[in-house]
Amino acid sequence: MAFVAYPVAFGAWLGSSPHLYEELFEDPIYQRTVVNTILYVGIGVNLKMFGALLLSGFFMRRSWWTPGLLLVFVLPWAMPALPSFISIHWMLNGQWGLINNFLWNVFDFDGPGWIETSRGLSLGSVIWSHIWKWMPFWTVILLAGRMAIPTELYEAAEVDGATGVRRFAHVTFPLLANLYLVCTLLSTIFTLGDFNSVFFVSGGGPALSTHVLATLGIRNAFDVARPDLGVAAVLTALPLMIPLVLILMRKLRTTEVAL
Amino acid sequence: MFTNTIWPETPSLDSFWIVVTQGYWYLEYFWEQFGNSLYIGVATVFFTLFIGSLASFAIGRMRVRYGWVLSNAALLTYVIPASFIAIPFYRIMSIYGLSNNLWAVIAAEVTFATPYAIFIFQQYAVSIPIELDEAARIDGASPFQVYTRIYLPLMAPALVAVGTYALLLAWNEYLYQFLLLSSKQTMTVPVALAQFLNSDEAPWNYMMATAIIYALPPVAIYYVFRGRMTAGLTMGGVKG
Repeated sequence: MAFVAYPVAFGAWLGSSPHLYEELFEDPIYQRTVVNTILYVGIGVNLKMFGALLLSGFFMRRSWWTPGLLLVFVLPWAMPALPSFISIHWMLNGQWGLINNFLWNVFDFDGPGWIETSRGLSLGSVIWSHIWKWMPFWTVILLAGRMAIPTELYEAAEVDGATGVRRFAHVTFPLLANLYLVCTLLSTIFTLGDFNSVFFVSGGGPALSTHVLATLGIRNAFDVARPDLGVAAVLTALPLMIPLVLILMRKLRTTEVAL
Repeated sequence: MFTNTIWPETPSLDSFWIVVTQGYWYLEYFWEQFGNSLYIGVATVFFTLFIGSLASFAIGRMRVRYGWVLSNAALLTYVIPASFIAIPFYRIMSIYGLSNNLWAVIAAEVTFATPYAIFIFQQYAVSIPIELDEAARIDGASPFQVYTRIYLPLMAPALVAVGTYALLLAWNEYLYQFLLLSSKQTMTVPVALAQFLNSDEAPWNYMMATAIIYALPPVAIYYVFRGRMTAGLTMGGVKG
């Protein structure tokens, strides 16, 4: 505990000067970074969680091949982040990456420089990689949540004539809603602090246009040798973090997340 | 630059052999780095289980005063992203003279694994009837004996789940290992992997071979402990 409390206090002290924030807010890289962070977290988390919700429903199907498919599906999450993201970085290389090679060979089409030229494509690649990596995990969690719903409820709903979408809307979703909310909040915080997917897929490039707060903080502190500025960048995430943390702590304490 | 091939024409395992025999200058300390990763992983598991189980025992079983403060503090630290406190952590470690020391990394990984451990242990311990403790105490067992003879054996499933989690966390983590370890003999496999990216010649074949060798243990561990892991994971969710 002391190892967290002390760095937090020390960090707050490092980033306590108001001049730092003036300097930071005037920095165009920082302004872009904030937009990137909002896009990254907003799109990344929601797409990921919604996809996980749908996929967990798919994996509830009882056929002989779904358990096998699930084993393959969780592979991105079971793999360490680093090799996967480095591979994606390589695949996205504009000159000799796998994707552009494929486009050239099969469609005779010269692919774009995914992470070298365009900020939109680069950020999109980062978000896509993040979703690819983390969706399996949340699918497994939501799947466990769905499994915990007693089948009697579904049978009762069926007797009452609720099937298909109505069964989902009136039985499954109300029971999953709390878990879904907790998972979304947790995922938001983890995504906010996610360093690896941005750092290895795009590296903040092209021209420092796809940094998020977590990577910009590290860049300021170690590449530019301004640790105070790095801490200040990270601390600007606090207004978003504190309400999330407060809600989450209440949820985690009162509701048994144990399913 | 297009090579006009997607599948290699002559697939071979040569690169793996080069990695295993450390036959390339980037890889001259490969097994040492592999050992470092393993060492950090095992030490993290040990200390996480030790601190986590003792803390949860004290909060849940011995009912220490203000135990709820501790469990809330654990929850709070669980939701603070590790990358946000990397800069001050690095500064503190260099003030202590612990930079480029494996123990600095172990301290960091234990810090991030312990809150989750306390959280899971506390939730799991609710299912162990407290009457068992009381019966043992009537038979004259000290709190320490209750902890070693009753609490720990009954907590075995949670210990396995959290231990696996801590091992994977330490093995897969990159940022702290990158910041805190700098020399070739002390760095771990992920840091060495990322170093390949900095080189001009970019030996992708060796890098990918290293990456696959590095990725195999966690994948194997995951599939072996899958049942236990998902039971533990659904309780809290894993830190990213």
